[in-house]
Amino acid sequence: MPVTTIEGREVQVDDEGFMTVYDEWDEQLGGALAKLIDVDMTDEHWKAIQFLRSDFKTEGVTPTLRRVSTAGGLDMKRLFELFPKKPAKKMAYIAGLPKPHGCV
Amino acid sequence: MKKLLILGGGTAGTIAANKLVKKLDRTQWQITVVDQDDKHHYQPGFLFIPFGTYGPDEVTKSRRRYLDDSIPLMYAEIDRVDPEARTVALADGTTLDYDVLIVATGVTPRPDQTPGMDDPDTWYDTVFDFYTYAGTTALAKKLADWPGGRLVVNIVEMPIKCPVAPLEFTFLADAFFTERGMRDKVDLVYVTPLDAAFTKPIAAKHFGDILERKGVSLESEFMLEHVDTADRKLVSYDEREIGYDLLVTIPLNMGADFLTRSGLGNELNLVPVDKHTLQSKQYDSIFALGDANDIPASKAGSVAHFEIDVFVDNFLEYIAGKEMTGAFDGHANCFIETGHGKAMLIDFNYDTEPLPGKFPVPGIGPMSLLKETKANHMGKLAFRWAYWNVLLPGRPMGLSADLSMAGKQVPVS
Repeated sequence: MPVTTIEGREVQVDDEGFMTVYDEWDEQLGGALAKLIDVDMTDEHWKAIQFLRSDFKTEGVTPTLRRVSTAGGLDMKRLFELFPKKPAKKMAYIAGLPKPHGCV
Repeated sequence: MKKLLILGGGTAGTIAANKLVKKLDRTQWQITVVDQDDKHHYQPGFLFIPFGTYGPDEVTKSRRRYLDDSIPLMYAEIDRVDPEARTVALADGTTLDYDVLIVATGVTPRPDQTPGMDDPDTWYDTVFDFYTYAGTTALAKKLADWPGGRLVVNIVEMPIKCPVAPLEFTFLADAFFTERGMRDKVDLVYVTPLDAAFTKPIAAKHFGDILERKGVSLESEFMLEHVDTADRKLVSYDEREIGYDLLVTIPLNMGADFLTRSGLGNELNLVPVDKHTLQSKQYDSIFALGDANDIPASKAGSVAHFEIDVFVDNFLEYIAGKEMTGAFDGHANCFIETGHGKAMLIDFNYDTEPLPGKFPVPGIGPMSLLKETKANHMGKLAFRWAYWNVLLPGRPMGLSADLSMAGKQVPVS
């Protein structure tokens, strides 16, 4: 697994840059990851990221976009505005979680 | 007498019942199956009906006939499960109790989940599905005299039953219009929420190449928000628009509503289970087989078949109070019709994506993986016989439940 340096800290990532160790993440890293993909974080953004983090902890998998919307109570259309084009991937990237693969 | 109750007499429920009845002591266990009706559809056949290859009467048989004679089959709608009391309430007021419950109620296309899609003025007029008997037979009538135009094939969201079928439909549509001498009058567009033609990279490349060769345009990462039936266009969450004259959609697939009513389903009414044992994460006495569970594998009959091979031995250990030692690996095996009498074949599991090679005999075949051949097409057609006569009765298919790497070409990275 590749190791990269974000905010002066070494973190483990996969080939596409998604963090692979849940506990290496904190909000400061999340903010830095968001900057790398040009997302300006607001409270609304963080609400989504916090849902992803807590859902991953109980379920063991990155939630799908539908799950963020239905179980997390966030409007799907709004998620596309907050994380343009690829909300599921962008949210997982910022939340330090594996790329979602709800699709098989 | 202990009671094993199986909800659903489709592919998974029927195979599980027929295999278990041979293994369980009949003086100790009574198996009962519940389903809404007596119509068992050979769902892979739905793909061929729009193009006139199969007639509607060739895909439907009696559920009762394919279930072992000693197993009662009740026709009823299920109201809810009470997992604490271990009972199932039926809509007619009857209550059934169980020691172990198998949920095998599958998934259903839900056009009602996308605004505009099931608009009664256009549903089965300009907007169709082909994963239901009603949809595929209506589409057959439509295509019989359709003059041409822009045909859009759209997947709303994954996971769906048989994830290769939308591609097969597109390949077969290309062949159908070509053979009718009207391919130049049809604009074929494939619209998917995925970032490529398929979920797994190597297979996606092969399928993407075929789409291109057949002149099909690919619109990827399109998350459908609503269907504008007045202006005949698909509108995505990020406000992209794709116009159509004829829309063939694969609506959102959901498990049965009673599961969520009973506190057993996730946001898609699928039952969360351990992906190796298929046992409910919430209740030890509940297993979910086939499309009804949430394992990260294809929703396909082949997955149901392979997982039940593992499940049956586990089940015997479970009722004997032992630890379950079998672990399902997510094995799936699918034929992909590519048109003009040829097909591809893919074989994969949780960890290994579809790879090129030969199957089932390494180096020999007769079938080829990820390659279009006539032998694969013959295999697909022959499978319909095997489904009714070998698979459903629970007879051995001669294929290992676990994926084999022999005969596969592993890419060098």
